[in-house]
Amino acid sequence: MILASAQQLPMASGDEFVAPGSEIFWLPFIGEGDWAITEQMIWGGVSVILICAALIMLTRNVSIVPSKGQFLFEGFYNFARNSIARDMIGSKHFMRFVPFLFALFTLLLVNNWFGILPPVMNPTYGRIGFPIAAALVVYVIYHWVGIKRYGIKGYFAHMVPDGLPGWIKPAILVLEVITYFITRPLTLALRLFGNMFAGHILIVLFVSAAAYFLTQGVVFKLLAIPTFAMAGVMWLFEALIQALQAYVFTLLAASYIAGAVAEDH
Amino acid sequence: MLNVLAAFPSAVVTAAGEPKPPLIPHIPELIFGFVMLGIVYLVVAKKVVPNIERAYEERRAAIEGGMQQAEEAQAQAEAALQSYEAQLAEARTEANAIREQAREEGASIIAEMRNQANAEAARITESAKRQIEAERQQAIVSLRQEVGSMSTTLASKIVGESLEDEVRQKGIVDRFLAELEAGEVRPEKVDS
Repeated sequence: MILASAQQLPMASGDEFVAPGSEIFWLPFIGEGDWAITEQMIWGGVSVILICAALIMLTRNVSIVPSKGQFLFEGFYNFARNSIARDMIGSKHFMRFVPFLFALFTLLLVNNWFGILPPVMNPTYGRIGFPIAAALVVYVIYHWVGIKRYGIKGYFAHMVPDGLPGWIKPAILVLEVITYFITRPLTLALRLFGNMFAGHILIVLFVSAAAYFLTQGVVFKLLAIPTFAMAGVMWLFEALIQALQAYVFTLLAASYIAGAVAEDH
Repeated sequence: MLNVLAAFPSAVVTAAGEPKPPLIPHIPELIFGFVMLGIVYLVVAKKVVPNIERAYEERRAAIEGGMQQAEEAQAQAEAALQSYEAQLAEARTEANAIREQAREEGASIIAEMRNQANAEAARITESAKRQIEAERQQAIVSLRQEVGSMSTTLASKIVGESLEDEVRQKGIVDRFLAELEAGEVRPEKVDS
């Protein structure tokens, strides 16, 4: 929550403004220290309950002729099913990955939008543990389907494109192994985390700066207005970024799976 | 752990109670990240996707079935139209044939009627002629008798005696008349 976060800022200690840092993400809810249940975990759990309830309710009585709710849900589902899974993986193999990709996309979208949604105002995936978990699952899945399809030796051979001169193959293999095993999971997790983290900090920065200006002189009080307006702009901007990051994460997951099940490079 | 902390010096400067820099995962959150994805995945895989894909499949089948039905209906309609047209053409030719036949029959009936009428007219004429002839004969006969009787009466009056019986016996009058008809006797003036 913005206000809760802003109150946490150590600005009350003196006249000097202290920009919000990573400490605003540390919100232990139950307990303390290494095993504390954080506020993000609570909201994550709430998101899971909401998502499951909504999905079950929307698809419990699906019919050939859709109701309005079902029609909207189908549009959302078809986006993940067709625009992400089928377009990336191809119509031959995509169907068995649709449940995972749709679950991933829904979970990321809801939790990212929590970052701008009162009363949550906190993106769950701004805590590195959550994106690492999601990226690890994607990592295991695409290696698993690749090895299952080509065998361990075949999987590595599959990484090197055909038609390369013999001397360059080892170098390409090294690059591809680094890509497959290090770069991909790392960038996948860090991209999502960084966007959520930075976006949340930006909003909190503008709101807390505006709140700080209000405690100062007249000129600063006037400055508070555009600063608040800027927070609103960032809020809208974040809505876009958060949806985009959920989409990008899912799209890349589908792309990595597609690379592992592809017939050829 | 310390090395990682050293790598992010800005992150180490944290508020009281923040145990780790932002790039170090909080273990309960990491675990809960798997749990969240797992639960949503299970619900989606067991309930959501089967339900919605079944609806898609049913819709596809319904659309294909509907199209097939429409095609069948169209084919049936076309067949019906063709059979109607064939029947219509048949009925037309039949009507033409009937009309032609009727015309022929009418013509023959008219001709027959005309023949009948002619025959009847001829018959009537014939019978009239015959009747006239008979009446004429009758008139001749009766005239002959009367003329005979009148002549004999007249002759007897002139001669002064009745010639009736004699005339009858000898058939004078008849003979005279026959001769008269045959042109053997010229009528002569009585008072010459």
